[in-house]
Amino acid sequence: MNARGNLIALYTITRREVARILRIWSQTLLPPAITMALYFVIFGSLIGGRIGEMHGFRYIDYIVPGLIMMSVIQNAYGNISSSFFGAKFQRFVEEMLVSPTPSWVMLTGYIAGGVLRGLMVGVIVLGVSLFFTRLHLAHPLVTLSTFVLAAAVFALAGFVNAVFAKKFDDIAIVPTFVLTPLTYLGGVFYSVDLLPEPWRTISHANPVLYMVNAFRYGILGVSDVGLGLAYGVMLGAALALGAVAMVLLKRGVGLRA
Amino acid sequence: MSQPALEVIDLRKTYANGVQALKGVSLSVEQGDFFALLGPNGAGKSTLIGILSSLVNASGGEVRVFGRSVQRERRAAMQMIGLVPQELNFNQFEKPWEICVNVAGFYGIPRAVAEQRAEQYLKQLSLWDKAFVASRTLSGGMKRRLMIARAMMNEPRLLVLDEPTAGVDIEIRRSMWKFVSEINRAGTTVILTTHYLEEAEQLCRNIAIIDKGTIIEHTTMKRLLAKLDVETFVFDLAGGAGELPSVDGVRLTRVDDHTIEAEMARTHDLNSLFAALTARGITVTSMRNKANRLEELFVRLVESNKSGAAA
Repeated sequence: MNARGNLIALYTITRREVARILRIWSQTLLPPAITMALYFVIFGSLIGGRIGEMHGFRYIDYIVPGLIMMSVIQNAYGNISSSFFGAKFQRFVEEMLVSPTPSWVMLTGYIAGGVLRGLMVGVIVLGVSLFFTRLHLAHPLVTLSTFVLAAAVFALAGFVNAVFAKKFDDIAIVPTFVLTPLTYLGGVFYSVDLLPEPWRTISHANPVLYMVNAFRYGILGVSDVGLGLAYGVMLGAALALGAVAMVLLKRGVGLRA
Repeated sequence: MSQPALEVIDLRKTYANGVQALKGVSLSVEQGDFFALLGPNGAGKSTLIGILSSLVNASGGEVRVFGRSVQRERRAAMQMIGLVPQELNFNQFEKPWEICVNVAGFYGIPRAVAEQRAEQYLKQLSLWDKAFVASRTLSGGMKRRLMIARAMMNEPRLLVLDEPTAGVDIEIRRSMWKFVSEINRAGTTVILTTHYLEEAEQLCRNIAIIDKGTIIEHTTMKRLLAKLDVETFVFDLAGGAGELPSVDGVRLTRVDDHTIEAEMARTHDLNSLFAALTARGITVTSMRNKANRLEELFVRLVESNKSGAAA
């Protein structure tokens, strides 16, 4: 298959992923809108008014970037883990495995699906947030690049999870016991500068912290971490997870006997 | 001489649990052939097809499709194969149309061409009226035909059918075989595994029988059937069977009061048997072959392989 053939295969996988997201919109697009609206009401309007300012911003304005990033991360991860595991479970992943589609095209197509779901959910949550705040993008390029990188990192992580998963429980464990704690402790609701030691230092081992803060820098112009370091962490995680995913695909782990 | 459509060379597969599914299988399928790969459950057929379609990694040996190694030139080899697997393996939430068009995309086929082919093959397999309904709502026979339509999307040079008619009624089976025979006549090489041996006997020109991971027979259907030296006839009787006569070279057994079976050499005449039955006052109203010829041979070969292994 030549380069054009690879592009057609990539387009096909991505299109199929998007069709799936839209087909089950009540499971993929609606829940984040409702959840985030509740976060905005409770943490922003009700409690936020009593908290005061953080880094010179109203509390609700301060948490909006983190909440958008939280939705993006969870949905990019959830999309690929459930979609790819579903393909394994129903065995229609074999349609791709017996075709000449190269592993990297397969992976890129699924990652694109995860990133696009993250984008759709991000835009929806952003739209919801506008009912509660007025946002100005301080650095649009940083916002966009952080969004794509973070979504790609967690889509890759979701892919690795789906490759190893043998039952549906296996794709629910990581979001519940790893992803949610990492996100909640990743500075979505607070600045890590408020934490006492050693928690402040420990928090810097959490990759979500860099994503949330880079995104917050893109929207509000403030961050708890250096932008260069944040990009380094995101790029490093993307490359490492990408390499792992490619090795797993090439070896056919969980896919070929 | 043209290159074989399929060459299997000393193929071995040992699974992680230690099961040796293939123990050095070698066979060749000529271009344009309609080839039967038969064997009892667990003989290694599905493993062989799995390796051929790259879903199973071989432990040793090689598989070549029109000269391209599945192990070393996977993409080139896969471009030429269409696979109809034993188990349903399409997205039950997608529509037949989407399934076919998407699969074409995985082969790098432009969408406009894919849409044309999807329409063509869904129509040929009498699925066009179901093209835009969720595939989970299709009947069992329709799902099987959908997998054939899907396998045709890349217009393969080698079509592999792994028990495609399992659980399918006779009418649909016949329509499926009509379609497959047509594409075979048009030049596509077909490899078939089935438990309906009369299908293999009618459709296939060449045959391999695999058992316990080794090929125990690899020949033409004609030569294999010529090996059958014994036939069994079933006689339906007008009255009771009574006491059965003794006839040289014929083994008579009573099935029930109105049915008997006679096993004899193919060269044995039937006249002496009829004379003996008539002498006993036994009236035969009809007779038929007990089973199809290939089935008898198949059972014998597998049985002798079993006893050979035990010895």
